[in-house]
Amino acid sequence: MNAVRNPRYLRRRFWNIFHLSMAMITTLFGLFWLVWILWTTISYGATALNLELFTGDTPAPGSIGGLRNAFVGSLLMIGMAVILGTPVGILAGTFLAEFAQGSRLAAAIRFFNDILLSAPSIVIGLFIYAVVVVPMGSFSGFAGALSLAILLLPVILRTTDEMLGMVPSTMREAALALGAPHWKMIVQVNYRAARSGILTGVLLAVARISGETAPLLFTALSNQFFSTNLDKPIANVPVVIFHFAMSPYPEWQHLAWAGALIAAMAVLALSLVSRFLIKDRSPR
Amino acid sequence: MREAALPSPALPSRISPARSRRLHAMDWGFRWLTGGLAILVLFLLVGVALSLFLRGWEAFHHFGFAFFWSDAWDPVTENFGALVPIYGTLVSSLIAMLIAVPISFGIALFISELAPEWLRQPVGSAIELLAGIPSIIFGMWGLFVFAPVLSSAEPWLNDHLGVLPGIGVLFRGPPMGIGMLTAGIILAIMVIPFISAIMRDVFLVVPAMLKESAYGLGATTWEVTRHVVLPYTRTAVVGGVFLGLGRALGETMAVTFVIGNAHDLHLSLLDAGNSIAATLANEFAEAFSPMYKSALMALGFILFIITLVVLVLAKLMLWRLGQGQGKTGL
Repeated sequence: MNAVRNPRYLRRRFWNIFHLSMAMITTLFGLFWLVWILWTTISYGATALNLELFTGDTPAPGSIGGLRNAFVGSLLMIGMAVILGTPVGILAGTFLAEFAQGSRLAAAIRFFNDILLSAPSIVIGLFIYAVVVVPMGSFSGFAGALSLAILLLPVILRTTDEMLGMVPSTMREAALALGAPHWKMIVQVNYRAARSGILTGVLLAVARISGETAPLLFTALSNQFFSTNLDKPIANVPVVIFHFAMSPYPEWQHLAWAGALIAAMAVLALSLVSRFLIKDRSPR
Repeated sequence: MREAALPSPALPSRISPARSRRLHAMDWGFRWLTGGLAILVLFLLVGVALSLFLRGWEAFHHFGFAFFWSDAWDPVTENFGALVPIYGTLVSSLIAMLIAVPISFGIALFISELAPEWLRQPVGSAIELLAGIPSIIFGMWGLFVFAPVLSSAEPWLNDHLGVLPGIGVLFRGPPMGIGMLTAGIILAIMVIPFISAIMRDVFLVVPAMLKESAYGLGATTWEVTRHVVLPYTRTAVVGGVFLGLGRALGETMAVTFVIGNAHDLHLSLLDAGNSIAATLANEFAEAFSPMYKSALMALGFILFIITLVVLVLAKLMLWRLGQGQGKTGL
């Protein structure tokens, strides 16, 4: 009775309720933006969706068309980036988890890998411009793929490192005890045990690069026409969205929204699938 | 040495010496292949810095240190200075942090301490989804949807905050809806998921025993957060904030759409400005003279160094939590 009326107690209770309500309000605030942005993308994008989007190429101002060349270009570059970046990331991650655990070199590489992971993507684009585009003398899909591969690499390296680290050492010892050489143990036992984890990393990395625009501005540029030639500038969804959204033509802006919706859906689907994979793995 | 312990005389090895040598060579090769690729990461980072610096050298050399504090940006007379983009990058990121840090803290607190078990996962995932949306969509949303809303609110800012002494100048300006403030707000929305995810993870590291001792003494949830959780995780929380800052500094597409792309220095947050990343995205394709290109590369180098410093600080601070945890050993 006395305690409830105690002003000190009331004050503590008040601040507790105040702060906890603020926490609740900020969470709603954060979700509010998510809903607003998703809603905008869906409502603007859905009205622009049609079959022409996948069959027509990017149109001249004032005429109608689709984004076929941009979709093909993006898929080509993302595929190329995965082919280039995934093996490098997995093997480098293997070194950290299997050969150099606890060493100072591994700590340094992990540290700088994390820096590379968070480095602005536009800077990576400039780097590829300086070392690939300038010597080659032209913007190219290959340069675009390379810049995406560099963005992909640290994500895969990190997940591989972490996932291999979770493989129980008894499995390693069992393989070695049977006389397997070290590399065989890694390839046939550890990779298999960590497979779904590494796959998750690859999916997350692909989700990350699918929406990347900035590095492609300096590397792949864009192309008005359908092309599968990676030696030349190639159309791709993000850069086309950027140009079309900034343009004064309503047809182009509609296409930009349609492209944005599809890009967002692809990225969200990828991250949902990878989330599902994580959950699917038995805990611990 | 281990071989000596095996009962080898009784079990003659079926692996010939040649095969054994080959297996050894493959082991050695695999080790060096993976090691070489891992070291590639170090070279990549050095390569990025070096190549940008070399390409920007012409501008650095020509303008000297004045490049850093000159507000000129004239492609025609080839007179370039980095002050306006650097200022815009720092100010828009600062606005973003002022908004994002308290909100992220609230979200992390809600998810880690407050929400019932069944709500934690969905709310956490939803916030993380926000992080997955491509940044160009934030930019389009900002330009087409958010800027008009903000421009109708800006006369109010002019009338009410603009009349304040001192900080009033920040809120006096044309109500266009695009400019530094818009860029800052959109950056804030973009980094909230990152910062809140790190804060949540960090809060979950606090040993339950510490918290329960405080609860046992009769502390309220807020008091436990304020006096137990925060002191325990302080450096890591700051590290998470820095990680978010690193993202905000280098964010390109979202900012390019809404910052206004004007190479003028204004104190007002409602005026159009420019950031390093936005300048690069907008002007790179049109920069044909070598000096123009070099000046843009120099800007890229400056951006890389700024984010590098911020990210290294962030990593070091996050790392210390891991260390401290080992030492207290609770």
